Amino acid sequence: MTATLLDAPELVAAPRHRRRRANRAWRVLGYAALLVAAAGLLLPFFWMLVSSLKTNNEVSSIPIRWLPDTFVWRNYVDIWRKSDMTTWLGNTLLLSVAVTVLQVFTGSFAAYGFAKVRFPGRDALFLLYVATIAVPWQSYMVPQFILMSKLQLSDTRWSIIALQAFGALGVFLMKQYYETIPEELSEAARMDGMSEYGIWRRIMLPLSVPALASLTLLTFVNTWNDYLGPLVYLRSPDLRTIQLGLSTFISQYNAEYALIMTGSVLSVLPVAVIFLLGQRYFVEGVATSGLKG
Amino acid sequence: MTTMPSARRIGRVWRNTAVGWSFILPNFAGFAVLTLVPIAVLFYVAFTDWNVFGVAEWVGADNFTQMAHDDSFWTAFSNTVWYTVFHIPLTLAAALGLALLLNRRLRGVGFFRTVAFFPYITSIVAVAQVWNLLFSPQYGPINALLRAVGVAHPPGWTVSADWSMPAVIIVGTWREMGYYMLIFLAGLQTIPAQLYEAARIDGAGAWQRFLAVTVPSLRPTTFFVTVMLTIGSFKVFDLILLLTNGGPGQSTLVLSQYIWQKGFGENQFGYASAVSVVLFAVCFLVTVVQFAVNKRRAA
Repeated sequence: MTATLLDAPELVAAPRHRRRRANRAWRVLGYAALLVAAAGLLLPFFWMLVSSLKTNNEVSSIPIRWLPDTFVWRNYVDIWRKSDMTTWLGNTLLLSVAVTVLQVFTGSFAAYGFAKVRFPGRDALFLLYVATIAVPWQSYMVPQFILMSKLQLSDTRWSIIALQAFGALGVFLMKQYYETIPEELSEAARMDGMSEYGIWRRIMLPLSVPALASLTLLTFVNTWNDYLGPLVYLRSPDLRTIQLGLSTFISQYNAEYALIMTGSVLSVLPVAVIFLLGQRYFVEGVATSGLKG
Repeated sequence: MTTMPSARRIGRVWRNTAVGWSFILPNFAGFAVLTLVPIAVLFYVAFTDWNVFGVAEWVGADNFTQMAHDDSFWTAFSNTVWYTVFHIPLTLAAALGLALLLNRRLRGVGFFRTVAFFPYITSIVAVAQVWNLLFSPQYGPINALLRAVGVAHPPGWTVSADWSMPAVIIVGTWREMGYYMLIFLAGLQTIPAQLYEAARIDGAGAWQRFLAVTVPSLRPTTFFVTVMLTIGSFKVFDLILLLTNGGPGQSTLVLSQYIWQKGFGENQFGYASAVSVVLFAVCFLVTVVQFAVNKRRAA
């Protein structure tokens, strides 16, 4: 017994030594791969930022310049004068907030019904929700557009709100989270005479703050970035969102590369800030919606 | 439960059903009107000649016969398949590779995770615009780099009919790999460390451990990612609309865009719906096949 204990470290020592050296090689290789991948991922953002601070001629110069000669901060003043940036940003903010509030409310409310109330047909109904995730919006955008037009909703803000607010994502994400909350909690509340609505509001909502945060951030960013919805439904210039506005600006000033990049930076900036602040919730939201799928 | 008087039990079922539906209804109402009804209507409109004048006459399978002889449709169809065939394995490999890299204890992993996810949440309009600058044959940094490493005649990317599809695939992969990387990373973190330890004790090298432990343990995640990627590839639209607008010529025209052209450009709602039915059917069939294969492998 003592002999084996004494022998053991020596026996393992040699391979461990080799393993450590192999580990270091892997480590160097790992960092190299990380560096290359990061450079590739970041190049477009670098180019966007750099081009937004160049003069227009410098964007298309030969040979290319990796940094501007002089930083043209004026671009960030001119863009507001040359475009309706303020209107676009205002419209987008309004839509994003409205959609997020509705999606979080209806999504978490429905998720409670799916996760915590037992009734016949519930699982079949949920399957219907999940199945539509596999149906691309592009395949039913035409009949949906006809329908919205009949309801007099197309070319109004309501069309975008209706389009985005009732998605299956919220129901799915919140249901996954509610199912991790022990049944005993709601059972105890039921014993105390609390209604199901009370349980949702006073127990489930406070306990699901992380999931609610994920859903809020994902919905907000999705609505902010949506291009196709506004493209199909919004015709009036004063309803344009930032994505639609930016794309019309691009076709209008198609040679003003520097200014286009300035507009692009401004359209990305709010999302970047939100993402950096709430990164944890984004990651968790993606991981839960992905893992349990 | 069995001792409960049946009248009371039935009452409880009714009450639960009412309560359950009351929770679901606010979301379901919107979901039904905006998703379920349009999907149902789609299958009707596809068999009509609904057009700009708003008259819809039942024409049977005429739209589908027309489609069979429509060269543009077949171009769009085969382009969509090309995109899918390359985009799925590329993104899958890149996402899994990044996830494996990030699952190691390296410095800067947190920063990198942020960086990798960023393309996914960047607006497509800005993405397409900056990639067009990057791909610019004369003024773009990509071709400048290629020339620097000795490529005498770098490709024309988005302005060349031969290279526009590869360009679109590159941007699609760049944009989505971070998202799927996060899903793979979450999957990797559920694999118990003991499995790796056991394989190591059995003398398995890094590659063998990857094949014997990582790949089988990740199977559910890989399946989910493949299904999502497939649907995502078949419906690719806004990226192409903004990056190449289907061109040059029809070299990057895809199904979604063809639906858009026919439906909203030419107001041929009937014909556009028929093309939509094809897109719907392809997505549906491929998903069903994937589920069936997955089930058989799991058994």
